[in-house]
Amino acid sequence: MSDIKKIKDDYIDKLNTENNIEKVNNIKSELFGKNGIISNEFKKLGSISVEERKKLASDLNNIKDELQNKISIKIQEIETKEINLKLEKEKIDVTLPERNIEIGKIHPVSQVIDEISSIFSEIGFSVEEGPDVENEYNNFTALNTPDNHPARDMHDTFYLDNNKELLLRTHTSPVQVRTMLKGKPPFKIIAPGRTYRSDSDQTHAPMFHQVEGLHIDKNINMGHLKGCLNYFIKEFFEVDKIKMRFRPSHFPFTEPSAEVDIGYEINNGKIVIGEGNKWLEILGCGMVHPNVLKNVNVNPSKYQGYAFGIGIDRLGMLKYGINDLRAFFETDYRWLSHFGFDPLDVPSNYRGLSR
Amino acid sequence: MKFTVDWLKNHLDTKFNNNQIIDKLTNIGLEVESFESSTSELDTFIVAKIINAKTHPNADRLKLCDVDIGSDKTIEVVCGAPNAKNGLLTVYAPPGSIIPKNQMKLSVSKIRGVTSYGMLCSESELLLSNESDGIIELKNNKYANKIGEKYFKNTSEKVIDLSITPNRPDCLGVRGIARDLSAAGAGKLKINKKSNLKYRGNQNINVTIKKEKAQGCTIFGSCLIKGVTNKESPKWLKDKILSLGQKPISAIVDITNYVMFDLNRPLHAYDADKIENEIIVRSSSKGESFEALDNKNYILENDMCVISDRSGVLGLGGIIGGTRSGTEYSTKNILLESAYFLPRSIRKTSKQLNIDTDAKFRFERGIDPLSIEEGLIKASELIKQICGGEISKLNVKKIENYKKTIINFDPFLFEKTTGFNVENKELIKILDKLGFNVSKNKKILKLVVPSWRPDITQPIDIVEEIVRIKGYEHINTSEPVKTRLKPTLNYYQKLFHFLQRSVASKGYLETVTWSFTDSKINQLFKENDEEIPIVNPISSDLNVLRNSIFPNLIFYLKKNLDRGIKDISLFEIGPAFKGKNPGDQLTVIGAVRAGKVSRLSWNDKERIVDTFDVKKDVIQSLCEAGIDKDDIIIDDKTPSYYHPGKSGGVYQNKQEKKALAYFGEIHPNIIKKLDIKTEGLVIFEICLDFIRESKQKIKDSKSEYKFSDFQKSERDFAFIINKNFKSQELVNIIKSVDNKLIKSVRVFDVFEGENIPEGKKSIAVNVTIQSEEKTLNENDLDNINKLIISSVESKSGAKIRS
Repeated sequence: MSDIKKIKDDYIDKLNTENNIEKVNNIKSELFGKNGIISNEFKKLGSISVEERKKLASDLNNIKDELQNKISIKIQEIETKEINLKLEKEKIDVTLPERNIEIGKIHPVSQVIDEISSIFSEIGFSVEEGPDVENEYNNFTALNTPDNHPARDMHDTFYLDNNKELLLRTHTSPVQVRTMLKGKPPFKIIAPGRTYRSDSDQTHAPMFHQVEGLHIDKNINMGHLKGCLNYFIKEFFEVDKIKMRFRPSHFPFTEPSAEVDIGYEINNGKIVIGEGNKWLEILGCGMVHPNVLKNVNVNPSKYQGYAFGIGIDRLGMLKYGINDLRAFFETDYRWLSHFGFDPLDVPSNYRGLSR
Repeated sequence: MKFTVDWLKNHLDTKFNNNQIIDKLTNIGLEVESFESSTSELDTFIVAKIINAKTHPNADRLKLCDVDIGSDKTIEVVCGAPNAKNGLLTVYAPPGSIIPKNQMKLSVSKIRGVTSYGMLCSESELLLSNESDGIIELKNNKYANKIGEKYFKNTSEKVIDLSITPNRPDCLGVRGIARDLSAAGAGKLKINKKSNLKYRGNQNINVTIKKEKAQGCTIFGSCLIKGVTNKESPKWLKDKILSLGQKPISAIVDITNYVMFDLNRPLHAYDADKIENEIIVRSSSKGESFEALDNKNYILENDMCVISDRSGVLGLGGIIGGTRSGTEYSTKNILLESAYFLPRSIRKTSKQLNIDTDAKFRFERGIDPLSIEEGLIKASELIKQICGGEISKLNVKKIENYKKTIINFDPFLFEKTTGFNVENKELIKILDKLGFNVSKNKKILKLVVPSWRPDITQPIDIVEEIVRIKGYEHINTSEPVKTRLKPTLNYYQKLFHFLQRSVASKGYLETVTWSFTDSKINQLFKENDEEIPIVNPISSDLNVLRNSIFPNLIFYLKKNLDRGIKDISLFEIGPAFKGKNPGDQLTVIGAVRAGKVSRLSWNDKERIVDTFDVKKDVIQSLCEAGIDKDDIIIDDKTPSYYHPGKSGGVYQNKQEKKALAYFGEIHPNIIKKLDIKTEGLVIFEICLDFIRESKQKIKDSKSEYKFSDFQKSERDFAFIINKNFKSQELVNIIKSVDNKLIKSVRVFDVFEGENIPEGKKSIAVNVTIQSEEKTLNENDLDNINKLIISSVESKSGAKIRS
């Protein structure tokens, strides 16, 4: 027995100093292989007395457990060490740049159109569109602006023919005409799109964007108009309160007509919307003129409602602090990168209008 | 429309202060553009201090002064005054100033070799006294703190500038503005004094308004004023004219202008001695001409309303007078005209001749036809007062009588339109003050519209009058009505937004460019479309509507490349025009990619962008927008601006005749022609209108979910095939061998050369085979393999590589 104990102690010592996984495996077979030392000791059990056998077997089992345990700990120890060493060697510089990211952007005008559509969608408006090329009738005459009306001078119109029959629409209002001509009241639409006037300087571009709004039903009055625009402006600028002023004005296609100003102030060189004692004109609106309704076969004694027209580019400039309108259309890659929006940043009610 | 508060108070008794008046004007729809002092020529003269006066290097009697002109600025002035000395406070005139004494404009000049910026002034130069021996010496105690400030106080009254909407001709005169203010409670409209003018004799120049179809004049009133002395206007009148931003000319002209701005009643004064025999108001004949008061010679068309005498045209009625009969300082006898011209005629003539005058602006909008006499009387009185003379009886010729406009107004319309109620009493009061004659018939108000309001023709106009005078702040703010009549977006609108963001997410920056473009570039991309010229383009390089998005995209691509940006991905979604009629337009995405992929990457190999980059972008975007990738067919017919060998068209399925998208390299000729310098340039386009809407919504079109757990096998094949044989076809042949068992076919290698015969290529494909019913055994698989090889060989002429 003492022999075995000695063997055990020797092997424990041996294992303690061993660091090579192969050698540990060799020891394992030296001890427990077919002719291993411990295996042989177990074989001897058959040839001794029952009394002795009981005692020896117990001792042998203890020694076997102790050695096996030692071996498996050792193996794990060496393996861990080896893995750690391997990982250490594999270490890379993770601060090196990632593979090239290609970042696309949505143009501010498109983003603002989506924001506007999302807001009006919430209160039941649907989106209509009309062609960029219009006839004189839809752009002017049907909108109660006959040829001899001085209001026509306020629109510097691009023409496509010498008879001035075909033109680039000067506002989105002809979409009102088209919508009402092809359908039956009630109507509740917005119509965003490109508009054109032959005017070009820092604050005017020959092409710009407007959104038209139209709500016609049996009892829609100026209070609804005010409520709708008040809601829109608050939502759009993402403020709780907005200082807003309706002021009488004149458009041939609405009566009564109004222009809407919002309050603002300049704070540290930046424009702050909604507060302050300065006024900024942002849109024109009014009750659709009975003459317009008649022109599109809607009975003005039964139906009435409001219309409005908002400059999209200007709203975007105000909200996102863009100074130069012309830059919208100059395709400077750096500008597009700077003011563009992430394509996944889709304005919506539940995810929020803007990030 | 400009005027001073002072002028307004000639017509309005008011306790309102300036700010209250300004606010009120804006609130009733007369928008105030500005309220400022008119600038004066004396504004530039400022208080300054000589810091250092030394002798001029080249002239003993001149001095070189460093002058403190405020705002931490010091400038150098050459000065000849003996009293110029250190510390002296005086008056400085910067370059550009006009010296009152001699009306000379100062400029930066060299005086004996030294540059002098402006000058220091003497009292005589400023017309303050005759003292000219030295420069002004200002008292220290009064002016020491005022360095840099204006020396002359601007005493001119502040001028209100209104932007009057085209429907309100009545407010193009101060009296009309006063009337509106009085209706809005800002004071009381003063009653015009009864004239006690004494008339002597008849207006003996015969006036005829010819009865013609195109006659643009319906009333012509006039009077003769004999024995006048025309002269410079008195100060009060000059000030009025100056406050309008106009130049005083002579008393007679200034008076007619004054009355026009005061009453909105344009007048014209003729030198009566220059009129030959009589006045004939008639339509012009083509080719007639006259020299107008703007010193231009106008050649007339047919049917323009002219005032003429026996020898020809004197002037264009209501637009501009002529030089032949113009008044001068020497004029002794004048004929004063006060007429009514039809807006339509005025507008047509002024457009044709491109003339814009204050009179035209007013007649075009509609002048009060009942103000003929009032204008003549007011102007005659002033002329008599300033220039003397005797006034004849008024002569008024008319060919048409004014017809009153009568509106029957139901006050309920007001509440129905505005959403709030105004008591009848108040409503009537407002209308009365605006000049309406109101009578009641049960609930209906019978309104006689004042003659100065041609814009008011129907009940809704009355609603506007009441609500604007009452104030828009009385309109309630109702909660938005949320009722929805139909979905926000239709299929194509959704597609628009989807594809827009889909393309952007592939790394493209969205741009928005003009709908017009340069015809020279457009021509390279227009294919068979008709060119659509703009009659009045903003500039010659934006002279046509774009037939394609690419002309602008390529133009701006080049600009960005020229800025030194090398790798560019740009796209635009918007209209491309196919004809000049409304609706002849398509909604198109155009995209360009230039430069390299993975430029200067430490771990990826950089390469030039190629056709398969854009092919991926276009196919992936289409798939994301809901098109089934398995249905997509590619062919190689593309528009001529593509590289004929490196571009393709995309079809939604086999039946489709129109390609919904194209992709590929741009034609090298175009790159050369436009001088684009880049390593690589590929483009794609998608036409949204050619995408067909699926008949089913996604909720109805999802098929049952099926999958197979049976063993799948992959087999590789390599075929030698004609070089021009399309891989797409090869894949289709293999798939059609057994649509059920063959799950996918992937091309994983293509090459030519080396061991491959001339005109051939090798294509290697990987085929996945799987049954949904059983595990296929070797025998089954062998059969399919053989079928694949034999089908490909027989249908394509290919040979399997051994």
